[in-house]
Amino acid sequence: MNGGQDLGGMHGFGPVAPEAEEPRFHASWEKRVFGLAMAMGFTGTWNLDASRAAREALPPGEYLTSSYYAIWLKALERQIQAHGLATADELASGTVSIPALPVKRVLRGEAVAPLFAGGFPSDRPVATPARFAPGARVRARRINPTGHTRLPRYVRGQVGTVEAVHGGFVFPDTNANLAGEAPQWLYTVRFAGRDLWGDAAEAGHAVSVNAFESYLEPVDPEPLHPEPVA
Amino acid sequence: MAHDHDHADHDHDHSHPASELSPMDLRVRALESVLVEKGYVDPAALDALIETYETKVGPHNGARAVARAWVDPAFRARLLADATPALREIGIGGRGGEHMVVVANTPEEHNLVVCTLCSCYPWPVLGLPPVWYKSPPYRSRAVIEPRAVLAEFGVTLPADQRIRVWDSTAELRYMVLPMRPAGTDGLDEAALAALVTRDAMIGTGLARTPERNT
Repeated sequence: MNGGQDLGGMHGFGPVAPEAEEPRFHASWEKRVFGLAMAMGFTGTWNLDASRAAREALPPGEYLTSSYYAIWLKALERQIQAHGLATADELASGTVSIPALPVKRVLRGEAVAPLFAGGFPSDRPVATPARFAPGARVRARRINPTGHTRLPRYVRGQVGTVEAVHGGFVFPDTNANLAGEAPQWLYTVRFAGRDLWGDAAEAGHAVSVNAFESYLEPVDPEPLHPEPVA
Repeated sequence: MAHDHDHADHDHDHSHPASELSPMDLRVRALESVLVEKGYVDPAALDALIETYETKVGPHNGARAVARAWVDPAFRARLLADATPALREIGIGGRGGEHMVVVANTPEEHNLVVCTLCSCYPWPVLGLPPVWYKSPPYRSRAVIEPRAVLAEFGVTLPADQRIRVWDSTAELRYMVLPMRPAGTDGLDEAALAALVTRDAMIGTGLARTPERNT
């Protein structure tokens, strides 16, 4: 969605404020929110893409004036209520008043280290061959979905060059709606700074994004029988 | 909640005693109570998650990989060709780094990593991202004026060194392999790793020189 999260190229936020040797968390509640978001994600009631979508769904004014973990908290509260895991009254009072719903799994303390050291890969087989090969010129489609997408606005409609083909990955746009992983080929596409930003571009500047196949359309005519990608 | 000044909480809220909990502390405490009582969350898992990402996973991991790449050309080649298994060789991997890509700085091209859409960051090598990485100034500007952003980190690149910005828009997570500083020929891996800052592996910094480090 064209929400407050899609920040690339915006003006007016001021200088970056680096912190030396910054602590991981700046308040005790941030630690709890981090842990709760991880643990609730593990229940399988939703997925990572759905959580991102929930954060992006905050009104832009609220998104842009909330700290990072406040965004996580507000989205988590919304997801919990939307899935019926707890009510607004319960979250406000801290007192349970309706029974728990069954969840697919619960993250146990002793499982954290092995599970998180292993990770949760999102690569998946894709049955069809990749449409684009390295070197192909592609245009990022002009899409404006109201739901989740990982194609930033600043590349939409712009022409870039495929640099790498990464294999199949879970497609966030459907997965965020719990509408299936629908894996697609994932590419690295490089855009020249001047093509993105015109005269405002700095010299010698290029930007790469990772783009799913359905985000891209060919610029040059495609061969009738594309060579298989090694 | 009548008033939650979220944007400012990180500036002042460090260690409230129980008698003066902030509105955010109270709100999160209520949430945690409900989720634990309903059995969705194991408090031991919360503690383990926080301990892991507060104390165990951090930039020292990435620095170790960089130092290894500086002294071992074959490892460097594997790291740049397919970073995920190469990092596994030295015991680095996991959540937020399932699909790693390492990009090497050269005299011709400097690399800079950002996530304009959220906060994607290579957790197993760098830990959780710093606040500035997740905040609008960096996310908005890194893709349009990277040299100006680098200047705010005190980094000025030669005019003829290109800048390549990697916007982490999928589950591929990027780490920059900084250039090895001059004057480090006699250093062992541990001494080299001490020169590798978190920012050098994001691209907002360069590896330290031994003179500046001592």
